[in-house]
Amino acid sequence: MTSLPRDGAPPLAIDTPIRRRVLLLARRRPTTRGSLLALLALALAVMLAPLLAPQNPYDLASLSVMDNRLAPGEQGMGGITYWLGTDSQGRDMLSAILHGMRTSLIVGVASTAIALAIGVAAGLVAAQFGGAIDSAIMRLVDFMLGFPSILVALVLLSAIGRGVDKVILAIVLVQWAQYARLMRAAAMVERRKEYIEAAVNFGLPTRHIMLAHLLPNSIGSVLVVATISIASAIALEATLSFLGVGVPVTQPSLGLLIANGFEFLLSGEYWIAVFPGLALVALIMSINLIGDRLRRSLNRRAL
Amino acid sequence: MSAPLLELKGITRHFSAKRSLAEHILGAFGHASAQPKILRAVEGVDLEIRKGEVLGLVGESGCGKSTLARVATGILPPTAGSLAYAGRDVATLSRAQRLEYLLKVQMVFQDPYASLDPRMNVERIVGEALAVHKLAPRGDIAARVEKALTEVGLDPAYAKRYPHQFSGGQRQRIGIARALAVEPDLLVCDEPVSALDVSIQAQIVNLFLDIRAKRAMTYLFVSHDLGIVRHVSDRVAIMYLGRIVEIGPAQEVFSSPAHPYAAALIGAIPSLSRRKRSFEPIPGEMPSPLAPPSGCPFHPRCAHALPVCSERRPVLAPIAPGRQAACHLHAAEAAS
Ligand SMILES: Nc1ncnc2c1ncn2[C@@H]1O[C@H](COP(=O)(O)OP(=O)(O)OP(=O)(O)O)[C@@H](O)[C@H]1O
Ligand code: SF4
Ligand SMILES: [Mg+2]
Repeated sequence: MTSLPRDGAPPLAIDTPIRRRVLLLARRRPTTRGSLLALLALALAVMLAPLLAPQNPYDLASLSVMDNRLAPGEQGMGGITYWLGTDSQGRDMLSAILHGMRTSLIVGVASTAIALAIGVAAGLVAAQFGGAIDSAIMRLVDFMLGFPSILVALVLLSAIGRGVDKVILAIVLVQWAQYARLMRAAAMVERRKEYIEAAVNFGLPTRHIMLAHLLPNSIGSVLVVATISIASAIALEATLSFLGVGVPVTQPSLGLLIANGFEFLLSGEYWIAVFPGLALVALIMSINLIGDRLRRSLNRRAL
Repeated sequence: MSAPLLELKGITRHFSAKRSLAEHILGAFGHASAQPKILRAVEGVDLEIRKGEVLGLVGESGCGKSTLARVATGILPPTAGSLAYAGRDVATLSRAQRLEYLLKVQMVFQDPYASLDPRMNVERIVGEALAVHKLAPRGDIAARVEKALTEVGLDPAYAKRYPHQFSGGQRQRIGIARALAVEPDLLVCDEPVSALDVSIQAQIVNLFLDIRAKRAMTYLFVSHDLGIVRHVSDRVAIMYLGRIVEIGPAQEVFSSPAHPYAAALIGAIPSLSRRKRSFEPIPGEMPSPLAPPSGCPFHPRCAHALPVCSERRPVLAPIAPGRQAACHLHAAEAAS
């Protein structure tokens, strides 16, 4: 018997959809609720960044070099208070972080979504058709997973140059294979079950069996891994941008902001690197906490 | 009552057995046979299922009953041999005719938990084939589902519920409703009650008998439980190591089995008063279908084995009107 959760609520059923699962978990667990709220707040702030940010940090006309490297809380020439200070070009760090987080989140979510779609399709096809198709796909997957992802992304980006779309491409390239492997494993287990034989017995088209039966029944654990992988995609993007091969300077992400502030750390102007760093940690941690709770709830097949 | 609805001719189904790690390593050094091992699950089975009858199929675990059932329903293609449905070879059917055959020959599965898609509600499960193949106008599907659910004794109000909300017996009823929804002629039931509580088993068996009475349904009824097979079957086929060793009218086979394996199996039938549900094991183990014995597959365990038994395989031959057995004892009797 699985023990009931502390609040005595009944365990979640195996087939509780992910969406409901998140909500139910959030209702029951303060940490999950906290991270979910934090993530929602971050996402909202990010979406509304252009409205919320006190200044447009990339409109050079609105910056004043006189305000450069102001400490948090100081007032600038124009009378605005820079709550998180300014960088070496007089840019408001709060605005830069809101915009930077937007770039980080867009890259993380978009690359994960695209990698997930490719990986799930490849894994599903491999599991359904088997034989030579399966071998070919899985050999490619093993090949891809054989290299450290940062290395592949670095090599690719140094060849094709920086850019938001190019970073997304690089992250998709290094992440799709893990979804393919997971999806194939899950779909192989499902495919042996009798309800799939029943579908064959009804002469249902292969495409229908794959999309209506195999996909929804095998994708659960893959989606959970993808949730956590958004965090690693954001971290990978930050690393690449920090190393100078990621997003362009005109559209800095949190990683690039940290890199820009890095040189001022020793001279005591900590806020230029530390605040973007804290934002990155908060973003990654809230995603990880939610993903981790989801994963554990799936593993135990109940809360 | 005698025209064959489904005819199996020389049906053979092999699986390529996976080699163990040790064999892979030995193989790499050239110590193991190079060709992959063949698992002979079903070997040259001839079987007629006649319109309106209940044909029981029994045999020990691993003798190939489920494999034969899956080949009969078209879920698994045979390695060799042919299937004729209503007199027509299934291999030569057009797409539309093949679909018709698939729908007319429906399987009822053993595992009430694995046989229903956990993410579909009952209405979708039971109505899926109707909807996908457009066998009924969209608006009529709910009514067809309702009719099928009523027929198997489920409240149609449950149509929106999911499989995990039902008990094993109710799930098995859902599986039967799903099969009935496409108006089959033949139900191939693969141990349809063995996963259920004893108290529920009788209800499901009675449901099969009701359906038979109402729809003139034909059955291939696979079971471990000789008591149930005896209760429902008109004819019974006894299977051993991928082959049919005896077939005949159920009452005759059960009262005077001709094949030594059938005799051992039926002799081991538990007395009904003790209500034990599976037969006692026959001394010795069933040989592996990877390496069937020479001659009669039963000879290593047979108490009556003759010298010829390890050399020549006896073929299924008539021993009495409507009865066939594959045993040298009967060939010898016929000759003398
Ligand atoms: N998909 C498969 N791949 C490989 N071997 C298989 C497969 N299906 C069945 N077999 C093997 O074929 C043989 C016959 O299996 P089958 O399931 O038909 O037996 P059964 O008579 O139904 O047994 P049980 O009473 O245990 O259900 C077994 O040795 C089994 O391991
Ligand atoms: S053929 Fe021989 S070994 Fe086989 S069942 Fe008959 S007597 Fe026994
Ligand atoms: Mg079986």
